[in-house]
Amino acid sequence: MAEYQNIFTRVQVRAPAYLGVELPRGVWGRQGKGGFSHLLGRFGDAQIGPVYLGTSGLLSLICGFIAFEIIGLNMFASVHWNPVQFVRQLPWLALEPPAPANGLHFPRLQDGGWWLMAGFFLTCSVLLWWLRMYRRARALGMGTHVAWAFLSAIWLMLVLGIIRPVLMGSYGEAVPFGIFPHLDWTAAFSIRYGNLFYNPFHCLSIAFLYGSTLLFAMHGGTILAVSRLGGDRELEQIVDRGTAAERAALFWRWTMGFNATMESIHRWAWWFAVLCPLVGGIGILLTGTVVDNWYLWAVKHHVAPVYPHVFPPVIDPATLSGTPQ
Amino acid sequence: MRTRGTLMNRNALLNLRTVSCVLIVAAVTAGCERPPVETLQGGYRGLGMEQVINPRLDAKKAAQNQVPTPIPAAPSGGPPASSVYKNIQVLKDLNVAQFTRVMLAMTQWVAPPEQSCNYCHTSDMASDSRYTKVVARRMLEMVRHVNADWKSHVADTGVTCYTCHRGNAVPRNVWFTDPGRSAESGLIAGNAGKNKPAPAIGLTALPYDPFTRFLLGDANIRVISNDALPDGNRSSIKQTDSTYALMISISQSLGVNCDFCHNTRSFAVWDASTPKRTTAWYGIRMVRDLNNQYLVPLTSHFPSSRLGILGDVAKVNCATCHQGLFKPLYGQSMAKDYPELLGHPSTSDAGSPPPPTAELVTPK
Repeated sequence: MAEYQNIFTRVQVRAPAYLGVELPRGVWGRQGKGGFSHLLGRFGDAQIGPVYLGTSGLLSLICGFIAFEIIGLNMFASVHWNPVQFVRQLPWLALEPPAPANGLHFPRLQDGGWWLMAGFFLTCSVLLWWLRMYRRARALGMGTHVAWAFLSAIWLMLVLGIIRPVLMGSYGEAVPFGIFPHLDWTAAFSIRYGNLFYNPFHCLSIAFLYGSTLLFAMHGGTILAVSRLGGDRELEQIVDRGTAAERAALFWRWTMGFNATMESIHRWAWWFAVLCPLVGGIGILLTGTVVDNWYLWAVKHHVAPVYPHVFPPVIDPATLSGTPQ
Repeated sequence: MRTRGTLMNRNALLNLRTVSCVLIVAAVTAGCERPPVETLQGGYRGLGMEQVINPRLDAKKAAQNQVPTPIPAAPSGGPPASSVYKNIQVLKDLNVAQFTRVMLAMTQWVAPPEQSCNYCHTSDMASDSRYTKVVARRMLEMVRHVNADWKSHVADTGVTCYTCHRGNAVPRNVWFTDPGRSAESGLIAGNAGKNKPAPAIGLTALPYDPFTRFLLGDANIRVISNDALPDGNRSSIKQTDSTYALMISISQSLGVNCDFCHNTRSFAVWDASTPKRTTAWYGIRMVRDLNNQYLVPLTSHFPSSRLGILGDVAKVNCATCHQGLFKPLYGQSMAKDYPELLGHPSTSDAGSPPPPTAELVTPK
């Protein structure tokens, strides 16, 4: 016999699809009557739809599709339209930004113009999707926390793709659209600026990134652990603290002397997630514009530790006389 | 019926799970190297300066890098080779026995066995009609030049023809300029000379031909600033990509990690680097010198089948000699058994750089 003990149950209850609250003044209605998927129900809610597309959603999808096509077709062309090679080499393929010598001019399409166009449409797509998120939250009478968290990620993307390149005076500073190429770009960026690990904003960003995963594990674990006591009903526990919230709090006070509350843990998680790309973007923005070698910056400010020398002194041969240059 | 159907479904599901598990494990581990893997500490503790060693693969490498038994040494004295043979231009300082020994060695090291002497010579041994003979003469000059003038890189270990050739008429690891695709592209975006899996750059998406830029040309390799704050260094990320590609190619050629030469907390700072970085620095200059002074001038002698798609000559890089080892042939010196190939700084011709300041060179 299947059990039905709390809201994290494996039992999927089938009822007529819930169509959502009344739309106060939507331009479009929600599309579809809603259906059910057992498989998806194992991961989340089994009900699929109805969806709301709306003007901003439709425009966002169109812009995203244009960017996707510009990038994908240029990649496909780069393997001479060979579908087998396209699949095999896909991780290596990319749409490259203009050469550094191009500065901030609009180059010919084949010299980076496609990259600028793809970047423009991708930016439009992402910003329109942000607008859609903001509007949908408002239409449901919700707060707009999700939209602002999303904007933090958009900030990092725009710093990398347009804001910093413009400050540096060259689109060539930006990231290529490609799987391995954007990873190689990341490594090259760190090398060029003397090791990004010494960038304090990069440090903060990593702390918030790993902190997010830690908080996520702590919070998820805690709530699952007290769900048998009603802890799964977090919102009720926030306004009317019950034994689940008491025990969860006590557990953390016992183990680390301090605990978040049922309400504040969600603020912790939100801020950690938001601060990760926010401070990361600040770190990228400062690189090359304000600081040119983070290792030397860290040495200058006594951040980088000094290690004993284990090799005989090594001198730059280029500084010696009589050497080939 | 219903129960059986469920059972069958379960079996099918189980099979599907097994197959997908195997596939996932295979996909995840496909790029991995089979153990054992050992690490060797190379720097101060805590810095993670470690070389990764796989004894199983090393045994394979060791078998591929055996030094051939040297030909018995030639007696000194006797008539100079130039008084017996005609058209001797480089090995004028050798006697007949020494000269014959070098010819024999070159036949073993370079010439295809089925052609032997005829690979370079016609029935008239003095004739220069075969291009291979003209090339071989210049290569002898090159070997002597390396042994005499590039001790900053090859130390007293020296090189012979075998260091690169290993029994092949053309060394296995040579490179040609790769023009990429730009001519045919039309409105299609260029690839900026990168984003193509090339073994020489470790299958990265970095520029696939860093050699033309750095080992033929003398583009500036250094991109990192020497000051914490911006001070006019306009090196771009794209330039960094090229430097990065060159460094990866060196790592591949030598079978070592970055921290064989660098302390990776700062690639640029010399006093945190290992002495091997100095050796490598001279190596880059040596390769550049050999390409420009010895190989490029031979271009017109080669038949088109030996040239690259741009009609350029085969050129050398680190892999040509090193062939996956931090020292070619594990540092076993063949040159000491072939004094005929050592040469003297004075006998080497154009292109020799001034000798580097000896006491600051730390050959390893």
